[in-house]
Amino acid sequence: MTAITASAPARSRSSASLRQWVGLLYVLPAVAFVTVFFVIPLGMTAWMSLHNWPLMGEHAFIGLDNYVAILRDTRFWNALKFTFYYTVIVTIAIFAVAFPLAIFIEKPRPLTNLYRTAFFMPAVVGFASASLLWSWLLNVDSGLFSPAAFDLGLTEKKVNLLATFQPAFWSIIAMVVWKVAGFTMIILMTGLQSIPQDLQEAAVIDGAGPFARFRAITLPLMRRTLALALILSVAGSILAFDQFYIILRGGPRNQTLTAVYWIFNQSFVSFKLGYGAALSMVLLAILVALSLIQLWLLRKPEGLD
Amino acid sequence: MAEAMSQSRKAAFSLARHSTGIIASVLFLAPIVWTVLSTFKPAQEARQPPLPPWPTTGFSIENYETLNSFGDGLWVSAQNSIYVSVMTVLLSVLVSVLAGYGFSRFRFPFRDFFFVLILSTIMIPFQSILTPIFLVLTRLGLHNTLTGLVCVYVTLQLPFSIFMMRNAFDAVPREIEEAARMDGANNVTMLIKVMLPLVWPGVVTIALFAFLGAWNEFLAALVLMTDQSKFTLPVMMTVLQSGRFGAIDWGAVQAGVTVMMVPCLILFLALQRFYIRGLMAGAVK
Repeated sequence: MTAITASAPARSRSSASLRQWVGLLYVLPAVAFVTVFFVIPLGMTAWMSLHNWPLMGEHAFIGLDNYVAILRDTRFWNALKFTFYYTVIVTIAIFAVAFPLAIFIEKPRPLTNLYRTAFFMPAVVGFASASLLWSWLLNVDSGLFSPAAFDLGLTEKKVNLLATFQPAFWSIIAMVVWKVAGFTMIILMTGLQSIPQDLQEAAVIDGAGPFARFRAITLPLMRRTLALALILSVAGSILAFDQFYIILRGGPRNQTLTAVYWIFNQSFVSFKLGYGAALSMVLLAILVALSLIQLWLLRKPEGLD
Repeated sequence: MAEAMSQSRKAAFSLARHSTGIIASVLFLAPIVWTVLSTFKPAQEARQPPLPPWPTTGFSIENYETLNSFGDGLWVSAQNSIYVSVMTVLLSVLVSVLAGYGFSRFRFPFRDFFFVLILSTIMIPFQSILTPIFLVLTRLGLHNTLTGLVCVYVTLQLPFSIFMMRNAFDAVPREIEEAARMDGANNVTMLIKVMLPLVWPGVVTIALFAFLGAWNEFLAALVLMTDQSKFTLPVMMTVLQSGRFGAIDWGAVQAGVTVMMVPCLILFLALQRFYIRGLMAGAVK
Protein backbone atom coordinates (compact mmCIF):
# COMPACT_ATOMS: atom_id res chain seq x y z
CA MET A 1 0.00 0.00 0.00
CA THR A 2 2.66 2.48 1.03
CA ALA A 3 4.82 1.29 -1.83
CA ILE A 4 2.08 2.05 -4.33
CA THR A 5 1.30 5.51 -3.03
CA ALA A 6 4.98 6.34 -2.97
CA SER A 7 5.81 5.09 -6.44
CA ALA A 8 2.77 6.35 -8.38
CA PRO A 9 3.48 10.08 -7.93
CA ALA A 10 7.17 9.48 -8.51
CA ARG A 11 6.49 7.72 -11.77
CA SER A 12 4.08 10.35 -12.99
CA ARG A 13 6.54 13.04 -11.97
CA SER A 14 9.34 11.45 -13.97
CA SER A 15 7.11 10.88 -17.01
CA ALA A 16 5.87 14.46 -16.68
CA SER A 17 9.42 15.79 -16.61
CA LEU A 18 10.25 13.51 -19.53
CA ARG A 19 7.38 15.08 -21.39
CA GLN A 20 8.83 18.51 -20.61
CA TRP A 21 12.09 17.44 -22.24
CA VAL A 22 10.21 17.16 -25.52
CA GLY A 23 10.21 20.98 -25.50
CA LEU A 24 13.92 20.85 -26.20
CA LEU A 25 13.19 19.10 -29.51
CA TYR A 26 10.83 21.92 -30.49
CA VAL A 27 13.36 24.68 -29.90
CA LEU A 28 16.31 22.70 -31.27
CA PRO A 29 16.08 23.91 -34.91
CA ALA A 30 15.98 27.54 -33.77
CA VAL A 31 18.94 27.04 -31.44
CA ALA A 32 20.84 25.30 -34.24
CA PHE A 33 20.26 28.18 -36.67
CA VAL A 34 21.29 30.80 -34.13
CA THR A 35 24.35 28.81 -33.09
CA VAL A 36 25.66 28.07 -36.60
CA PHE A 37 24.82 31.38 -38.26
CA PHE A 38 25.21 33.77 -35.34
CA VAL A 39 27.02 32.56 -32.23
CA ILE A 40 29.85 30.79 -34.08
CA PRO A 41 30.41 33.69 -36.51
CA LEU A 42 30.40 36.05 -33.54
CA GLY A 43 33.11 34.05 -31.84
CA MET A 44 35.01 33.85 -35.11
CA THR A 45 34.90 37.63 -35.48
CA ALA A 46 36.65 38.00 -32.13
CA TRP A 47 39.16 35.27 -33.04
CA MET A 48 39.84 36.63 -36.54
CA SER A 49 40.39 40.13 -35.20
CA LEU A 50 43.58 38.82 -33.55
CA HIS A 51 44.94 37.53 -36.86
CA ASN A 52 46.41 38.69 -40.09
CA TRP A 53 43.83 36.93 -42.25
CA PRO A 54 44.04 37.35 -46.03
CA LEU A 55 41.42 35.76 -48.28
CA MET A 56 43.93 33.32 -49.75
CA GLY A 57 46.84 31.73 -47.91
CA GLU A 58 47.69 31.17 -44.27
CA HIS A 59 46.52 33.41 -41.47
CA ALA A 60 48.88 34.35 -38.68
CA PHE A 61 48.22 35.25 -35.05
CA ILE A 62 49.30 38.84 -34.44
CA GLY A 63 47.72 39.61 -31.07
CA LEU A 64 46.32 43.09 -30.75
CA ASP A 65 48.16 44.52 -33.76
CA ASN A 66 44.93 45.03 -35.69
CA TYR A 67 43.52 47.10 -32.85
CA VAL A 68 46.70 49.15 -32.64
CA ALA A 69 46.40 49.75 -36.38
CA ILE A 70 42.82 50.95 -35.90
CA LEU A 71 44.06 53.66 -33.55
CA ARG A 72 46.16 55.03 -36.41
CA ASP A 73 43.53 54.51 -39.12
CA THR A 74 42.41 58.11 -39.60
CA ARG A 75 40.10 57.14 -42.44
CA PHE A 76 38.17 54.80 -40.12
CA TRP A 77 37.86 57.54 -37.50
CA ASN A 78 36.69 59.94 -40.20
CA ALA A 79 34.10 57.38 -41.30
CA LEU A 80 32.99 56.97 -37.69
CA LYS A 81 32.84 60.73 -37.23
CA PHE A 82 30.75 61.08 -40.38
CA THR A 83 28.48 58.24 -39.23
CA PHE A 84 27.79 59.99 -35.92
CA TYR A 85 27.24 63.32 -37.66
CA TYR A 86 24.77 61.68 -40.04
CA THR A 87 23.06 59.87 -37.16
CA VAL A 88 22.48 63.06 -35.18
CA ILE A 89 21.18 65.07 -38.14
CA VAL A 90 18.97 62.36 -39.59
CA THR A 91 17.46 61.47 -36.21
CA ILE A 92 16.55 65.09 -35.53
CA ALA A 93 15.09 65.40 -39.03
CA ILE A 94 13.05 62.19 -38.71
CA PHE A 95 11.59 63.26 -35.36
CA ALA A 96 10.86 66.76 -36.64
CA VAL A 97 8.67 65.22 -39.35
CA ALA A 98 7.35 62.12 -37.56
CA PHE A 99 6.16 63.78 -34.35
CA PRO A 100 3.77 66.27 -36.00
CA LEU A 101 2.52 63.46 -38.25
CA ALA A 102 1.89 61.23 -35.22
CA ILE A 103 -0.14 63.98 -33.56
CA PHE A 104 -1.98 64.52 -36.84
CA ILE A 105 -3.11 60.89 -37.18
CA GLU A 106 -3.46 60.03 -33.50
CA LYS A 107 -7.22 60.63 -33.10
CA PRO A 108 -9.73 58.73 -35.23
CA ARG A 109 -11.28 61.32 -37.53
CA PRO A 110 -12.60 61.04 -41.10
CA LEU A 111 -9.93 59.89 -43.59
CA THR A 112 -7.27 59.51 -40.87
CA ASN A 113 -6.65 55.88 -41.82
CA LEU A 114 -6.13 56.87 -45.44
CA TYR A 115 -3.59 59.55 -44.51
CA ARG A 116 -1.80 57.16 -42.17
CA THR A 117 -1.48 54.55 -44.90
CA ALA A 118 -0.18 57.14 -47.37
CA PHE A 119 2.48 58.40 -44.93
CA PHE A 120 3.53 54.86 -44.19
CA MET A 121 3.87 53.56 -47.77
CA PRO A 122 7.56 54.49 -48.27
CA ALA A 123 8.41 52.59 -45.07
CA VAL A 124 7.54 49.20 -46.60
CA VAL A 125 9.71 49.83 -49.65
CA GLY A 126 13.22 48.50 -49.08
CA PHE A 127 16.20 50.79 -48.49
CA ALA A 128 17.82 49.52 -51.69
CA SER A 129 14.71 50.22 -53.79
CA ALA A 130 14.31 53.65 -52.22
CA SER A 131 17.98 54.43 -52.86
CA LEU A 132 17.76 53.34 -56.50
CA LEU A 133 14.61 55.41 -56.93
CA TRP A 134 16.21 58.53 -55.46
CA SER A 135 19.47 58.02 -57.36
CA TRP A 136 17.32 58.52 -60.44
CA LEU A 137 15.41 61.53 -59.03
CA LEU A 138 18.75 63.10 -58.02
CA ASN A 139 20.49 62.44 -61.34
CA VAL A 140 21.59 65.62 -63.04
CA ASP A 141 20.56 64.74 -66.60
CA SER A 142 17.70 62.25 -66.39
CA GLY A 143 16.44 63.00 -62.88
CA LEU A 144 13.74 65.25 -61.51
CA PHE A 145 15.13 67.82 -59.09
CA SER A 146 17.93 69.51 -61.05
CA PRO A 147 16.04 69.70 -64.37
CA ALA A 148 12.88 70.90 -62.60
CA ALA A 149 14.78 73.62 -60.74
CA PHE A 150 16.43 74.65 -64.02
CA ASP A 151 13.13 74.71 -65.92
CA LEU A 152 11.52 76.82 -63.22
CA GLY A 153 14.41 79.28 -63.52
CA LEU A 154 15.62 78.66 -59.95
CA THR A 155 19.13 77.77 -61.13
CA GLU A 156 21.12 79.11 -64.08
CA LYS A 157 22.25 75.68 -65.20
CA LYS A 158 21.48 72.11 -64.14
CA VAL A 159 23.23 71.61 -60.81
CA ASN A 160 24.68 68.17 -60.07
CA LEU A 161 23.36 67.63 -56.54
CA LEU A 162 25.64 64.66 -55.96
CA ALA A 163 28.91 66.35 -56.92
CA THR A 164 29.62 68.25 -53.71
CA PHE A 165 29.25 67.29 -50.08
CA GLN A 166 26.52 69.58 -48.77
CA PRO A 167 23.79 69.02 -51.41
CA ALA A 168 24.67 65.31 -51.60
CA PHE A 169 24.44 64.92 -47.82
CA TRP A 170 21.13 66.77 -47.53
CA SER A 171 19.70 64.81 -50.45
CA ILE A 172 20.38 61.60 -48.51
CA ILE A 173 18.79 63.12 -45.41
CA ALA A 174 15.67 64.01 -47.44
CA MET A 175 15.47 60.51 -48.88
CA VAL A 176 15.86 58.81 -45.49
CA VAL A 177 13.27 61.07 -43.84
CA TRP A 178 10.87 60.29 -46.69
CA LYS A 179 11.48 56.57 -46.23
CA VAL A 180 11.56 56.31 -42.41
CA ALA A 181 9.27 59.05 -41.03
CA GLY A 182 6.11 56.94 -41.45
CA PHE A 183 7.64 54.12 -39.42
CA THR A 184 8.68 56.41 -36.57
CA MET A 185 5.24 58.07 -36.78
CA ILE A 186 3.47 54.75 -36.06
CA ILE A 187 5.67 54.06 -33.05
CA LEU A 188 5.11 57.56 -31.64
CA MET A 189 1.37 57.19 -32.31
CA THR A 190 1.18 54.11 -30.08
CA GLY A 191 2.77 56.18 -27.33
CA LEU A 192 0.33 59.06 -27.80
CA GLN A 193 -2.65 56.72 -27.78
CA SER A 194 -1.57 55.12 -24.52
CA ILE A 195 -1.95 58.43 -22.66
CA PRO A 196 -5.25 58.38 -20.76
CA GLN A 197 -7.71 60.86 -22.25
CA ASP A 198 -9.07 61.98 -18.86
CA LEU A 199 -5.60 63.14 -17.84
CA GLN A 200 -5.56 65.62 -20.71
CA GLU A 201 -9.12 66.70 -19.95
CA ALA A 202 -8.31 67.26 -16.29
CA ALA A 203 -5.39 69.46 -17.31
CA VAL A 204 -7.67 71.47 -19.62
CA ILE A 205 -10.05 72.07 -16.70
CA ASP A 206 -7.07 73.17 -14.59
CA GLY A 207 -6.40 75.76 -17.29
CA ALA A 208 -3.26 74.28 -18.81
CA GLY A 209 -2.53 75.47 -22.36
CA PRO A 210 -1.61 73.07 -25.16
CA PHE A 211 2.12 73.67 -24.75
CA ALA A 212 2.03 73.16 -20.99
CA ARG A 213 0.00 69.98 -21.47
CA PHE A 214 2.49 68.68 -24.01
CA ARG A 215 5.41 69.33 -21.67
CA ALA A 216 3.84 68.16 -18.42
CA ILE A 217 1.75 65.21 -19.62
CA THR A 218 2.55 64.06 -23.14
CA LEU A 219 6.35 64.02 -22.98
CA PRO A 220 6.82 62.35 -19.58
CA LEU A 221 4.18 59.70 -20.28
CA MET A 222 5.76 58.94 -23.63
CA ARG A 223 9.22 58.41 -22.20
CA ARG A 224 9.47 54.74 -23.10
CA THR A 225 8.02 55.18 -26.59
CA LEU A 226 10.30 58.12 -27.29
CA ALA A 227 13.28 56.12 -26.07
CA LEU A 228 12.33 53.21 -28.32
CA ALA A 229 11.85 55.37 -31.42
CA LEU A 230 15.09 57.18 -30.64
CA ILE A 231 17.13 54.00 -30.22
CA LEU A 232 15.68 52.42 -33.38
CA SER A 233 16.59 55.52 -35.34
CA VAL A 234 20.07 55.82 -33.84
CA ALA A 235 20.95 52.13 -34.23
CA GLY A 236 19.61 52.07 -37.80
CA SER A 237 21.56 55.19 -38.74
CA ILE A 238 24.85 54.01 -37.25
CA LEU A 239 24.56 50.90 -39.44
CA ALA A 240 23.66 52.91 -42.58
CA PHE A 241 25.10 51.48 -45.76
CA ASP A 242 22.63 50.96 -48.63
CA GLN A 243 21.86 54.61 -49.41
CA PHE A 244 25.50 55.75 -49.28
CA TYR A 245 26.66 52.82 -51.39
CA ILE A 246 23.90 53.01 -53.99
CA ILE A 247 23.41 56.77 -54.36
CA LEU A 248 26.87 58.18 -53.61
CA ARG A 249 29.34 55.24 -53.78
CA GLY A 250 30.86 56.87 -50.69
CA GLY A 251 31.57 60.03 -52.66
CA PRO A 252 32.05 62.86 -53.31
CA ARG A 253 35.77 62.32 -52.56
CA ASN A 254 35.06 59.54 -50.01
CA GLN A 255 33.41 62.07 -47.71
CA THR A 256 30.31 59.95 -47.11
CA LEU A 257 31.93 56.64 -46.18
CA THR A 258 30.07 55.29 -43.14
CA ALA A 259 31.49 52.86 -40.59
CA VAL A 260 29.80 49.82 -42.16
CA TYR A 261 30.91 51.00 -45.60
CA TRP A 262 34.53 51.21 -44.42
CA ILE A 263 34.35 47.72 -42.90
CA PHE A 264 32.82 46.46 -46.16
CA ASN A 265 35.70 48.02 -48.13
CA GLN A 266 38.38 46.57 -45.87
CA SER A 267 36.83 43.09 -45.73
CA PHE A 268 35.37 42.57 -49.18
CA VAL A 269 37.23 44.96 -51.45
CA SER A 270 40.72 44.86 -49.93
CA PHE A 271 40.12 41.38 -48.43
CA LYS A 272 41.83 42.24 -45.14
CA LEU A 273 39.54 39.91 -43.24
CA GLY A 274 41.37 40.07 -39.92
CA TYR A 275 41.49 43.84 -39.92
CA GLY A 276 37.83 44.00 -41.00
CA ALA A 277 36.97 41.75 -38.05
CA ALA A 278 38.77 44.07 -35.64
CA LEU A 279 36.87 47.05 -37.07
CA SER A 280 33.66 45.02 -36.69
CA MET A 281 34.45 44.45 -33.02
CA VAL A 282 34.64 48.23 -32.51
CA LEU A 283 31.28 48.70 -34.25
CA LEU A 284 29.82 45.84 -32.24
CA ALA A 285 30.98 47.39 -28.96
CA ILE A 286 29.27 50.67 -29.91
CA LEU A 287 25.99 48.93 -30.74
CA VAL A 288 26.03 46.78 -27.60
CA ALA A 289 26.63 49.91 -25.50
CA LEU A 290 23.63 51.46 -27.25
CA SER A 291 21.51 48.41 -26.45
CA LEU A 292 22.45 48.67 -22.79
CA ILE A 293 21.44 52.34 -22.78
CA GLN A 294 18.20 51.24 -24.43
CA LEU A 295 17.47 48.69 -21.71
CA TRP A 296 18.06 51.38 -19.10
CA LEU A 297 15.85 53.93 -20.87
CA LEU A 298 13.09 51.38 -21.44
CA ARG A 299 13.02 50.15 -17.84
CA LYS A 300 9.58 50.14 -16.31
CA PRO A 301 8.83 53.26 -14.25
CA GLU A 302 9.76 52.67 -10.61
CA GLY A 303 7.08 51.07 -8.45
CA LEU A 304 5.09 49.95 -11.48
CA ASP A 305 7.00 46.80 -12.29
CA MET B 1 -24.90 83.34 -33.61
CA ALA B 2 -22.43 81.47 -31.39
CA GLU B 3 -23.58 78.28 -33.05
CA ALA B 4 -22.80 79.68 -36.51
CA MET B 5 -19.39 80.82 -35.28
CA SER B 6 -18.45 77.39 -33.98
CA GLN B 7 -19.87 75.84 -37.15
CA SER B 8 -17.63 77.94 -39.34
CA ARG B 9 -14.66 77.41 -37.03
CA LYS B 10 -15.24 73.69 -37.28
CA ALA B 11 -15.35 73.91 -41.07
CA ALA B 12 -12.15 75.95 -41.12
CA PHE B 13 -10.42 73.43 -38.86
CA SER B 14 -11.58 70.57 -41.05
CA LEU B 15 -10.42 72.35 -44.18
CA ALA B 16 -6.98 73.03 -42.67
CA ARG B 17 -6.72 69.44 -41.51
CA HIS B 18 -7.59 67.91 -44.85
CA SER B 19 -5.38 70.24 -46.86
CA THR B 20 -2.46 69.37 -44.58
CA GLY B 21 -3.28 65.69 -44.92
CA ILE B 22 -3.55 65.82 -48.68
CA ILE B 23 -0.35 67.83 -49.20
CA ALA B 24 1.61 65.51 -46.89
CA SER B 25 0.15 62.42 -48.57
CA VAL B 26 1.14 63.74 -51.99
CA LEU B 27 4.70 64.39 -50.76
CA PHE B 28 5.02 60.84 -49.45
CA LEU B 29 3.42 59.14 -52.43
CA ALA B 30 4.87 61.31 -55.22
CA PRO B 31 8.26 59.57 -55.65
CA ILE B 32 6.56 56.17 -55.90
CA VAL B 33 3.84 57.32 -58.31
CA TRP B 34 6.35 59.34 -60.35
CA THR B 35 8.55 56.28 -60.88
CA VAL B 36 5.73 53.90 -61.72
CA LEU B 37 4.26 56.31 -64.28
CA SER B 38 7.65 56.98 -65.87
CA THR B 39 8.32 53.30 -66.50
CA PHE B 40 5.63 53.28 -69.22
CA LYS B 41 7.49 55.78 -71.39
CA PRO B 42 9.33 54.59 -74.48
CA ALA B 43 13.06 54.15 -73.75
CA GLN B 44 13.97 57.29 -75.67
CA GLU B 45 11.62 59.43 -73.58
CA ALA B 46 12.59 57.73 -70.31
CA ARG B 47 16.11 59.12 -70.69
CA GLN B 48 14.75 62.68 -70.47
CA PRO B 49 13.83 64.34 -67.16
CA PRO B 50 10.40 63.08 -66.03
CA LEU B 51 8.49 66.31 -66.68
CA PRO B 52 5.63 65.48 -66.80
CA PRO B 53 5.90 62.04 -65.16
CA TRP B 54 3.41 60.31 -67.46
CA PRO B 55 4.29 59.16 -70.99
CA THR B 56 3.75 61.88 -73.62
CA THR B 57 4.97 60.05 -76.71
CA GLY B 58 2.86 56.96 -76.31
CA PHE B 59 2.46 54.12 -73.84
CA SER B 60 5.17 51.45 -73.91
CA ILE B 61 6.53 48.55 -71.88
CA GLU B 62 9.92 48.75 -73.60
CA ASN B 63 11.69 49.50 -70.28
CA TYR B 64 10.47 46.22 -68.79
CA GLU B 65 11.52 44.33 -71.90
CA THR B 66 15.06 45.74 -71.93
CA LEU B 67 15.50 44.70 -68.28
CA ASN B 68 15.90 41.15 -69.48
CA SER B 69 18.79 42.03 -71.76
CA PHE B 70 21.31 42.93 -69.03
CA GLY B 71 23.70 40.19 -67.91
CA ASP B 72 21.74 37.08 -67.05
CA GLY B 73 18.55 39.07 -67.32
CA LEU B 74 16.28 40.49 -64.71
CA TRP B 75 14.00 37.47 -64.75
CA VAL B 76 16.79 35.33 -63.28
CA SER B 77 17.28 37.82 -60.43
CA ALA B 78 13.53 38.05 -59.90
CA GLN B 79 13.33 34.28 -59.65
CA ASN B 80 16.24 34.32 -57.19
CA SER B 81 14.50 36.97 -55.09
CA ILE B 82 11.21 35.09 -55.13
CA TYR B 83 12.90 31.81 -54.21
CA VAL B 84 14.92 33.37 -51.37
CA SER B 85 11.91 35.28 -49.97
CA VAL B 86 9.47 32.36 -50.14
CA MET B 87 11.96 29.92 -48.63
CA THR B 88 12.79 32.42 -45.88
CA VAL B 89 9.08 32.74 -45.11
CA LEU B 90 8.48 28.97 -45.02
CA LEU B 91 11.58 28.08 -43.01
CA SER B 92 11.34 30.93 -40.52
CA VAL B 93 7.63 30.24 -39.91
CA LEU B 94 8.31 26.53 -39.41
CA VAL B 95 11.26 27.08 -37.08
CA SER B 96 9.64 29.83 -35.03
CA VAL B 97 6.25 28.14 -34.67
CA LEU B 98 8.01 25.07 -33.27
CA ALA B 99 10.26 27.16 -31.04
CA GLY B 100 7.44 29.44 -29.89
CA TYR B 101 5.38 26.39 -28.91
CA GLY B 102 8.35 24.81 -27.16
CA PHE B 103 9.22 27.94 -25.19
CA SER B 104 5.60 28.60 -24.27
CA ARG B 105 4.41 25.14 -23.20
CA PHE B 106 7.37 23.14 -21.88
CA ARG B 107 9.74 23.51 -18.96
CA PHE B 108 13.06 21.96 -19.88
CA PRO B 109 16.63 22.58 -18.74
CA PHE B 110 18.26 25.74 -20.15
CA ARG B 111 14.91 26.97 -21.49
CA ASP B 112 15.41 30.54 -20.33
CA PHE B 113 19.05 30.48 -21.39
CA PHE B 114 18.14 29.50 -24.96
CA PHE B 115 15.34 32.06 -25.12
CA VAL B 116 17.58 34.90 -23.96
CA LEU B 117 20.34 33.68 -26.28
CA ILE B 118 18.06 33.89 -29.31
CA LEU B 119 16.56 37.24 -28.35
CA SER B 120 19.91 38.81 -27.50
CA THR B 121 21.17 38.33 -31.06
CA ILE B 122 19.03 41.35 -31.89
CA MET B 123 21.55 43.52 -29.99
CA ILE B 124 24.39 42.49 -32.30
CA PRO B 125 24.48 43.99 -35.78
CA PHE B 126 24.78 41.21 -38.36
CA GLN B 127 26.84 43.64 -40.46
CA SER B 128 29.71 43.02 -38.05
CA ILE B 129 29.75 39.22 -38.49
CA LEU B 130 29.37 38.97 -42.27
CA THR B 131 32.94 37.82 -42.94
CA PRO B 132 32.73 34.79 -40.64
CA ILE B 133 29.25 34.00 -41.99
CA PHE B 134 30.88 33.90 -45.42
CA LEU B 135 33.49 31.46 -44.10
CA VAL B 136 30.90 29.29 -42.31
CA LEU B 137 28.84 29.05 -45.50
CA THR B 138 31.95 28.06 -47.43
CA ARG B 139 32.72 25.35 -44.88
CA LEU B 140 29.16 24.02 -45.15
CA GLY B 141 29.36 23.97 -48.94
CA LEU B 142 26.67 26.67 -49.09
CA HIS B 143 29.04 29.30 -50.44
CA ASN B 144 27.41 31.38 -53.19
CA THR B 145 24.13 29.47 -52.98
CA LEU B 146 20.65 30.86 -52.51
CA THR B 147 20.11 28.24 -49.78
CA GLY B 148 22.99 29.76 -47.82
CA LEU B 149 21.44 33.21 -48.13
CA VAL B 150 18.10 31.79 -46.94
CA CYS B 151 19.79 30.33 -43.84
CA VAL B 152 21.24 33.74 -42.98
CA TYR B 153 17.89 35.51 -43.50
CA VAL B 154 16.02 32.94 -41.39
CA THR B 155 18.51 33.45 -38.56
CA LEU B 156 18.03 37.22 -38.74
CA GLN B 157 14.24 36.81 -38.50
CA LEU B 158 14.27 34.41 -35.55
CA PRO B 159 14.52 36.78 -32.56
CA PHE B 160 11.46 38.78 -33.65
CA SER B 161 9.39 35.85 -34.89
CA ILE B 162 10.10 33.53 -31.96
CA PHE B 163 9.24 36.33 -29.57
CA MET B 164 5.97 36.91 -31.48
CA MET B 165 5.07 33.23 -31.59
CA ARG B 166 5.84 32.56 -27.94
CA ASN B 167 3.54 35.43 -26.97
CA ALA B 168 0.87 34.10 -29.33
CA PHE B 169 1.03 30.63 -27.75
CA ASP B 170 1.12 32.13 -24.25
CA ALA B 171 -2.20 33.82 -25.02
CA VAL B 172 -3.93 30.48 -25.72
CA PRO B 173 -5.64 29.17 -22.54
CA ARG B 174 -4.18 25.89 -21.27
CA GLU B 175 -7.69 24.43 -20.79
CA ILE B 176 -7.98 24.06 -24.56
CA GLU B 177 -4.93 21.82 -24.66
CA GLU B 178 -6.01 19.80 -21.66
CA ALA B 179 -9.37 19.12 -23.29
CA ALA B 180 -7.65 18.04 -26.51
CA ARG B 181 -5.24 15.84 -24.57
CA MET B 182 -8.20 14.13 -22.88
CA ASP B 183 -9.40 13.34 -26.39
CA GLY B 184 -6.08 11.62 -26.99
CA ALA B 185 -4.29 14.18 -29.13
CA ASN B 186 -0.50 13.90 -29.00
CA ASN B 187 1.86 16.87 -29.10
CA VAL B 188 2.16 17.14 -32.86
CA THR B 189 -1.53 16.81 -33.72
CA MET B 190 -2.22 19.21 -30.87
CA LEU B 191 0.09 21.80 -32.37
CA ILE B 192 -1.25 21.46 -35.92
CA LYS B 193 -4.96 20.82 -35.34
CA VAL B 194 -5.66 22.70 -32.12
CA MET B 195 -3.03 25.41 -31.65
CA LEU B 196 -2.24 26.62 -35.16
CA PRO B 197 -5.77 27.82 -35.96
CA LEU B 198 -5.64 29.88 -32.76
CA VAL B 199 -2.28 31.56 -33.42
CA TRP B 200 -2.57 32.11 -37.18
CA PRO B 201 -2.67 35.94 -36.95
CA GLY B 202 0.80 35.75 -35.40
CA VAL B 203 1.92 33.41 -38.19
CA VAL B 204 0.72 35.86 -40.86
CA THR B 205 2.58 38.69 -39.12
CA ILE B 206 5.91 36.86 -38.94
CA ALA B 207 5.50 35.58 -42.51
CA LEU B 208 4.94 39.14 -43.74
CA PHE B 209 8.00 40.49 -41.91
CA ALA B 210 10.12 37.57 -43.15
CA PHE B 211 9.07 38.21 -46.75
CA LEU B 212 9.73 41.95 -46.63
CA GLY B 213 13.03 41.42 -44.81
CA ALA B 214 14.33 38.88 -47.33
CA TRP B 215 12.96 40.66 -50.40
CA ASN B 216 14.56 43.99 -49.47
CA GLU B 217 17.84 42.89 -47.88
CA PHE B 218 20.89 44.26 -49.69
CA LEU B 219 24.24 44.08 -47.87
CA ALA B 220 24.33 40.34 -47.10
CA ALA B 221 23.19 39.50 -50.62
CA LEU B 222 25.84 41.83 -52.04
CA VAL B 223 28.59 40.21 -49.98
CA LEU B 224 27.56 36.55 -50.05
CA MET B 225 26.42 36.15 -53.67
CA THR B 226 29.45 36.42 -55.93
CA ASP B 227 28.03 34.88 -59.08
CA GLN B 228 25.79 37.03 -61.26
CA SER B 229 23.36 34.16 -61.84
CA LYS B 230 22.72 34.16 -58.05
CA PHE B 231 22.10 37.90 -57.63
CA THR B 232 18.84 38.98 -56.01
CA LEU B 233 16.93 41.96 -57.41
CA PRO B 234 18.49 44.70 -55.20
CA VAL B 235 22.03 43.54 -56.07
CA MET B 236 21.27 43.12 -59.77
CA MET B 237 19.63 46.52 -60.00
CA THR B 238 22.56 48.18 -58.23
CA VAL B 239 24.95 46.62 -60.73
CA LEU B 240 22.75 47.93 -63.54
CA GLN B 241 22.55 51.40 -61.93
CA SER B 242 26.33 51.51 -61.44
CA GLY B 243 26.73 51.45 -65.22
CA ARG B 244 28.64 48.17 -65.36
CA PHE B 245 26.58 47.20 -68.42
CA GLY B 246 27.51 50.41 -70.25
CA ALA B 247 25.63 53.71 -70.15
CA ILE B 248 23.00 53.73 -67.41
CA ASP B 249 19.55 53.03 -68.82
CA TRP B 250 17.40 55.04 -66.38
CA GLY B 251 14.20 53.71 -67.91
CA ALA B 252 15.31 50.19 -67.03
CA VAL B 253 16.30 51.32 -63.52
CA GLN B 254 12.81 52.74 -62.95
CA ALA B 255 11.23 49.56 -64.26
CA GLY B 256 13.43 47.46 -61.97
CA VAL B 257 12.63 49.65 -58.96
CA THR B 258 8.93 49.24 -59.75
CA VAL B 259 9.30 45.45 -59.87
CA MET B 260 11.01 45.63 -56.47
CA MET B 261 8.48 47.99 -54.86
CA VAL B 262 5.14 46.69 -56.07
CA PRO B 263 5.09 43.33 -54.21
CA CYS B 264 5.91 45.11 -50.94
CA LEU B 265 3.19 47.71 -51.45
CA ILE B 266 0.54 45.14 -52.39
CA LEU B 267 1.40 42.86 -49.48
CA PHE B 268 1.35 45.78 -47.09
CA LEU B 269 -2.00 47.11 -48.32
CA ALA B 270 -3.54 43.64 -48.19
CA LEU B 271 -2.14 42.73 -44.76
CA GLN B 272 -1.86 46.14 -43.14
CA ARG B 273 -3.38 45.18 -39.81
CA PHE B 274 -0.94 42.29 -39.41
CA TYR B 275 1.94 44.62 -40.15
CA ILE B 276 0.82 47.22 -37.61
CA ARG B 277 0.26 44.39 -35.12
CA GLY B 278 3.87 43.32 -35.51
CA LEU B 279 5.08 46.88 -35.04
CA MET B 280 2.96 47.30 -31.92
CA ALA B 281 4.23 44.04 -30.45
CA GLY B 282 7.75 45.32 -30.98
CA ALA B 283 6.93 48.77 -29.66
CA VAL B 284 5.01 47.81 -26.54
CA LYS B 285 7.39 45.20 -25.18
